[in-house]
Amino acid sequence: MILARVTGTVTSTDKDPELAQYKLLVVQPLAIDGRDEGEEMIAVDRVDAGIGDKVLVSREGTGARLVTGRERVPLQNLVIGVVDRIDLLNTTGSQE
Amino acid sequence: MHFARVIGRVVSTRKIQPLVGYRLLWIEPTDAEGQPSAKPLVAVDTGSYGDDEWVYYVTSREASLPLRDPFCAVDAAVVGKIDSVDRT
Repeated sequence: MILARVTGTVTSTDKDPELAQYKLLVVQPLAIDGRDEGEEMIAVDRVDAGIGDKVLVSREGTGARLVTGRERVPLQNLVIGVVDRIDLLNTTGSQE
Repeated sequence: MHFARVIGRVVSTRKIQPLVGYRLLWIEPTDAEGQPSAKPLVAVDTGSYGDDEWVYYVTSREASLPLRDPFCAVDAAVVGKIDSVDRT
């Protein structure tokens, strides 16, 4: 999984029928120190996350199929949790 | 899924059987603002996505799931069209 921040929502009416019921978010991957790292991507929301939330994103399709219960959902990125806090050893403290 | 723009087609008449009936698109990955971000690649068109449309695609194992044969040997597929990205 990676840490990311929700930066937008995607409106898409013309899409694969297996994706029809899901809310699509734009997420910006984050480094361990909370800085942006890498390209924004699209992820399906499973936890009712909103813009600005720090989230946990799984990027593996088999997991996405298990979570959704749909064997043919063409999906890799899944928002699976909203992050409350990160605690790290040997740093200046936790980030909210 | 990742953002991309449809920039062309690849026409292939002689191809593996599971791909018969599917169009192949040239897509150019973009960032969430629509600016090109990586080298173009070829992806299967699983709907009817067309020239210059802003779309999103999946790669690897998941790319073949929308096809008739979900074990077809493809590694990228366009699975939706983007109407808009809302930042607020």
